[in-house]
Amino acid sequence: MSNAALQPRLSAGRIAIYATLLLACAVYLIPLIVMLLTSFKTPDDIRTGNLLTLPESFTVIGWVKAWAAVNGYFWNSVKIVVPAVLISTLLGALNGYVLSMWRFRGSQLFFGLLLFGCFLPFQVILLPASFTLGKLGLANTTTGLVLVHVVYGLAFTTLFFRNFYVSVPEALVRAARLDGAGFFTIFGRILLPMSVPIIMVCLIWQFTQIWNDFLFGVVFASGDTQPVTVALNNLVNTSTGAKQYNVDMAAAMIAGLPTLVVYVLAGKYFLRGLTSGAVKG
Amino acid sequence: MSSVAVPTPKAVHRSSMDWLQAWLPKLVLAPSVVIVLVGFYAYILWTLLLSFTNSRFMPSYKWVGLDQYLRLMENDRWWVASQNLLVFGGLFIAISLLIGVVLAVLLDQRIRQEGAIRTIYLYPMALSMIVTGTAWQWLLNPGLGLDKLLRDWGWEGFRFDWLVDPDRVVYCLVIAAVWQASGFVMALFLAGLRGVDQSIIRAAQVDGASLPTIYLRIVLPSLRPVFFSALMILAHIAIKSFDLVAAMTAGGPGYASDLPAMFMYTHTFTRGQMGLGAASAMLMLAAILAILVPYLYSELRTKRHE
Repeated sequence: MSNAALQPRLSAGRIAIYATLLLACAVYLIPLIVMLLTSFKTPDDIRTGNLLTLPESFTVIGWVKAWAAVNGYFWNSVKIVVPAVLISTLLGALNGYVLSMWRFRGSQLFFGLLLFGCFLPFQVILLPASFTLGKLGLANTTTGLVLVHVVYGLAFTTLFFRNFYVSVPEALVRAARLDGAGFFTIFGRILLPMSVPIIMVCLIWQFTQIWNDFLFGVVFASGDTQPVTVALNNLVNTSTGAKQYNVDMAAAMIAGLPTLVVYVLAGKYFLRGLTSGAVKG
Repeated sequence: MSSVAVPTPKAVHRSSMDWLQAWLPKLVLAPSVVIVLVGFYAYILWTLLLSFTNSRFMPSYKWVGLDQYLRLMENDRWWVASQNLLVFGGLFIAISLLIGVVLAVLLDQRIRQEGAIRTIYLYPMALSMIVTGTAWQWLLNPGLGLDKLLRDWGWEGFRFDWLVDPDRVVYCLVIAAVWQASGFVMALFLAGLRGVDQSIIRAAQVDGASLPTIYLRIVLPSLRPVFFSALMILAHIAIKSFDLVAAMTAGGPGYASDLPAMFMYTHTFTRGQMGLGAASAMLMLAAILAILVPYLYSELRTKRHE
């Protein structure tokens, strides 16, 4: 679209536009810069300087202490996120396939019932879910959290795949059916190969959602099964004695880095997930 | 589809395969149907049931009718939380929409490095609210945060202690939440702007309309659907906001920055007021339904008219 010849000439108006956009860039970036600067300072340095002064004596002690405090929980998060993302994406793909290509009486109704899950305030299921996890012997386990994330991620993962497959010409599937191809053959041979973009969208969406979850983590886990977000919150808000802002900021960076890295590497899919999860209903 | 033929052994085998093929989609969907019926709807009813009981630390099924809802109505902390939600939600939605629209329109002016700028605006959305809350708690910290920065930069009389001011702490939540979500609104509107027919804009320009007029009168009104879905998402984020409060203020000072989600968590899981917590959760659901149902209704109506 943007063509050098079409580029309007620099005028006062355009300078104002660029200035506003750059100012906004600064506003969005400053918290991240402050976090990084603070994480590399010594506590003395933090007290004498201000948010944007460079570290007087650059130190990684904050990061070392933060990692010691949260690394176990970081791996909990990994243990929760990987299976939960994979299972919920697989289930979502199969559901989306059935709901678009193999509709039957009641399947539309089911889709409607499922969609409501995208808007469900989870407070309304917390108590029964915790009783159920207790009955299953999964209270305070990472397996329990995987289960919860699969169940409550299903609405979005199904929505992604269903909306994607609805735009695939049904004739393609009908022809394969006439040729005698079965349910799973059609799925594996025809639909999956063209699903790479939506699989990416779904994986990234689920990864971000589950990694960033706090509510389920704080309710369904305790002690050393907690995910990193809960550990970060405990570190920051229940520390006794003098607050160690360098450690807090380093721990926040550690908790935030995985999703940031995914965002930088695959921002396109992240945005598509946000907008398609949002706009289509 | 299955042919009616003489039942030779092969045909019997074939028809059982057909039967399996016919049922396979339903079988594949079955676990999800169970999950949705139980995990969504039965659980909602269960919570509703609990809200009619006097459950405290443990669930009990002694019926107390609407007592918990009445207690909620008399509970000062619940009113603070609800009022905070109105203030927080209202400001958060309005400011995010305003910033998002302005940035989207500015970014739509054939900007160099648009991709990089977009990436910067949107990255907070990838972060956990806990990370955002931790960062902003530090930035807004009275004494060492922005407070000190602006004094160091020569603004001698500058004071910023909203984070510990019971009357203003809720604005701190607004600041952090807007920082996190406004880039997302920008992205939604930018996608909408890219879908606007350029020839309409060109025609208006030929007619002598100025660019701001074109945007205000023609382009933005055509983005009404985007506006409504952004509104829905932001309202949804506001009602569910729990992590941000937990990380930034823990509801404090006192309970000045409580939100309903925080109220529900505290009463249900730390104060042994399960019945009251369940009642507050049901009211949160009612709030979501109150904005969702009219939205879906109008969506379905417009779709039917298309």
